[in-house]
Amino acid sequence: MALLEVRDLGKSFRGLRAVHAVSFDVDEGAIVAMIGPNGAGKTTCFNLIAGVFPADSGEVRLGARRIDGLRPDQVCRAGIARTFQVVKPFPQLTVEENVIVGALKATPGVAQARREAMRVLALLHLDGKAAEPAASLTLPERKRLEVARAMATRPRLLLLDEVMAGLRPTEVDEMVGVFRRINAETGLTILLIEHVMRAVMALAARIVVLHHGEKICEGAPEDVVKDPQVLECYLGAEAEL
Amino acid sequence: MATGAGRQTARAALALGGLFVVLLVLPAFANPYVLSAAILVLYFAYVGQAWNLMMGFAGQLSLGHSLYVGLGAYASAALFVHYGISPWIGLVAAVAVSLAAGAVIGFLAFRFGIGGVYFALLTIAFAEFTRIGFDHFDWVGGSGGFFLPVKEHGVTDLANLRGPPVMFYYIALAMAAGAFLAAWRLRASRIGYYWLAIRENEDAAQALGINTFRYKMLAILFSSAMTALAGVFFAFYYNNLFPEQIFSMARSIEIILGPIIGGLGTLFGPVLGAFVLTFLGDGLTEVTDAFGIQIPGLKQVFYGVALLVVVVFVPNGIWPALARRLGFGPAKKGE
Amino acid sequence: MPAKTLATLAGIAAALVALYVWRLAALPGALLGNVVVAGVLTGLIYGLMALGLSVIFGVVRVVNFAHGEMMTIAMYAAVLLFGAFRLDPFLALAPVAVAFFAFGYALQAGLINPFVERPEHSQFMLLVAVAIIMVNGLLMGFGPDARSAQVDYALDSFEVGPLVVDKVRVYAASVAVLLAAGLFAFFRLTATGRAIRACADNLLGAKVVGLDVKRYYALTFGIGAALVGAAGVLQAMLVDVTPALGPVYTLLAFVIVIVGGLGSMGGALAGGVLIGLSEALAGVAFTPSAKSMFSFALLILVLLLRPQGLLGKKAG
Repeated sequence: MALLEVRDLGKSFRGLRAVHAVSFDVDEGAIVAMIGPNGAGKTTCFNLIAGVFPADSGEVRLGARRIDGLRPDQVCRAGIARTFQVVKPFPQLTVEENVIVGALKATPGVAQARREAMRVLALLHLDGKAAEPAASLTLPERKRLEVARAMATRPRLLLLDEVMAGLRPTEVDEMVGVFRRINAETGLTILLIEHVMRAVMALAARIVVLHHGEKICEGAPEDVVKDPQVLECYLGAEAEL
Repeated sequence: MATGAGRQTARAALALGGLFVVLLVLPAFANPYVLSAAILVLYFAYVGQAWNLMMGFAGQLSLGHSLYVGLGAYASAALFVHYGISPWIGLVAAVAVSLAAGAVIGFLAFRFGIGGVYFALLTIAFAEFTRIGFDHFDWVGGSGGFFLPVKEHGVTDLANLRGPPVMFYYIALAMAAGAFLAAWRLRASRIGYYWLAIRENEDAAQALGINTFRYKMLAILFSSAMTALAGVFFAFYYNNLFPEQIFSMARSIEIILGPIIGGLGTLFGPVLGAFVLTFLGDGLTEVTDAFGIQIPGLKQVFYGVALLVVVVFVPNGIWPALARRLGFGPAKKGE
Repeated sequence: MPAKTLATLAGIAAALVALYVWRLAALPGALLGNVVVAGVLTGLIYGLMALGLSVIFGVVRVVNFAHGEMMTIAMYAAVLLFGAFRLDPFLALAPVAVAFFAFGYALQAGLINPFVERPEHSQFMLLVAVAIIMVNGLLMGFGPDARSAQVDYALDSFEVGPLVVDKVRVYAASVAVLLAAGLFAFFRLTATGRAIRACADNLLGAKVVGLDVKRYYALTFGIGAALVGAAGVLQAMLVDVTPALGPVYTLLAFVIVIVGGLGSMGGALAGGVLIGLSEALAGVAFTPSAKSMFSFALLILVLLLRPQGLLGKKAG
């Protein structure tokens, strides 16, 4: 059953078509990847789903509920958490406090939120850094913090925007392991934008390919990588196929 | 780690309790001059705490806080002078008027997405607008000033806030302590976490489900209501109100100096900043008076230099640096 | 944007304008004409002052909160030079502007440059501190009393039909226009001017091609200071100066550039004329002490309805 339904989504900036007539589903409990060259409209798609700006056309549904037109905080409360491609930590708060802010959405009080935050931090191997200010983290750690904060809101759907970028292959494998485990244990649905194909192939059951703002292909990973259109748009591009 | 933090907290609590006891018995030992200086410190500690909720916690820079002081002062004073209504009842009106002003400013600014320097200018504009309005508001004396009747010496009438400096000292102490406790409780609550998140990164805060408009409104409402009480105190302590003075930008800046110098977003910053500024400023006046020179503006130049030095060399304020020295733990912002 | 709020605001604005027009219509025509001309001429000097603020913000991205205090210092300079040497302020213009350029350059190079990367409120506090020191320094030096530079021809006037216009005001406004034109030419025609614009338009690009951005920032602050210095000297001939004018002019300059469009040079001049006119008209229609109320009302409306200013470009 589809948890997220995206239908005919469209958005233009100053006459430039960033996203055009994009439709796809994300099934409950699935991990779906969205790939495409730089400027394909992936992050715009995320921002439309997350309510950062309103769509020009189309519909977004979470479960039975229409969520397009909602503000970002309403989308979050509806059950979608997201990370930012350019990380946005709360730099002067501690790592723990960063995650508490997220956890407060799903808990009745600060004490419970703190416990929840420590649990999520342990999941992402950040518990050792809990008392340090977020500003002192390395970039890979900040990416993990971003994920921890989003997960702490107990979302039904997690949107991950390039959380593997800049990680070493062993770190990528570690993160893949974390997401797999969470997905298997809690059934959390994940939609991720990712350039690191190693992670995409290891995680995603389905792949949506965007190019010039349009969906050019969708399917199982092994089919998508053989698709001539996909190969063409990636020719000479950065993907490590 | 947890026990370390616990020990720090215990130490801080002990120091705080000690400070409070000292302040409780201070009037027994203080001469009138020290007492009036101490009242000023507590007043600025209180109002600095109120401003700090907005800027230090929620990150919204208000440079027009004199507006709320003035509205609170005039509302309670007018009810007292014209209708003989006790300031303890008048403060409800004072808070209501200030809340209304805060609500209007907050609603306009936050609905229309005005932030940063533009927000600061909007707050100045509203304060100046009101100042000029009160210059022509004859019911409360206009630009000629509004005066509260001063009762004969030696009478303590707590119900009408008429009395000797000692009475005002204890009221100011209660206010400063109350504000400290309120800020401490807020800081540790959901509201406090959400304010800090908004201050640190509004987009990220919103993405985590925080209704940023609502929480920014809460910040300005809390702050304006608290500041209105400072206005009531001001009116009944000084007994005279002039729009030129009470609503002036210089007053707004006086309010924000303490928290900035002490440490923005910290609990002790406003207290420490008020203490440092008042005593250094008054000390300076003492010295110049001793030499028989009176130079208008000297104290303010000193304030300016102090602000400059802190902004350039100790951008996080004195308290975080001091706290580390005293062993109150790593003084992170907002701690 | 909430349409209801907008409609309410528009209604309030319309009511205010109607009241304004009704009060003005009651005035005799010749008086109204004189007031309009004087308001526009004063507005041009305001515009020159605001131009300095706008140039600094447009390039350095720092809001000079000490702008009006600098204006006031220039006014004192003109008054003192006149008092000591009978130096006509029009002749004092050049030396004061040069001195202000040097001061502005030093201020940016020594104090503000390390702050350009710091958070907005931190820059703001720094300049608030500078402003406090300036205004109270003036108070310490010269006391709170008003001073003026009364040239021999201060009371002369031109008569054009029914209009009577002060000569000093006409000369001062003309100089302001000439200086503004010179500034436009500088930014369009000289290599330095173009380099400064490059720093403003594309900071990264400017760094990539090897421009010494910090030096151009200092130059820009120097230019902005020279402009406000010149405006102060001109203004000293029209109004008496007190230290308390500092914060007043700072606010005025802010109102003007925000109304005109922060960072837009044409907007600063147009905003200056608009505010000058609004102040003059409010002064006769109501009471002189209420004149800045209208400026602040205008500011609030512009902030809400057109935050980029009347002539400013939309951000983003």
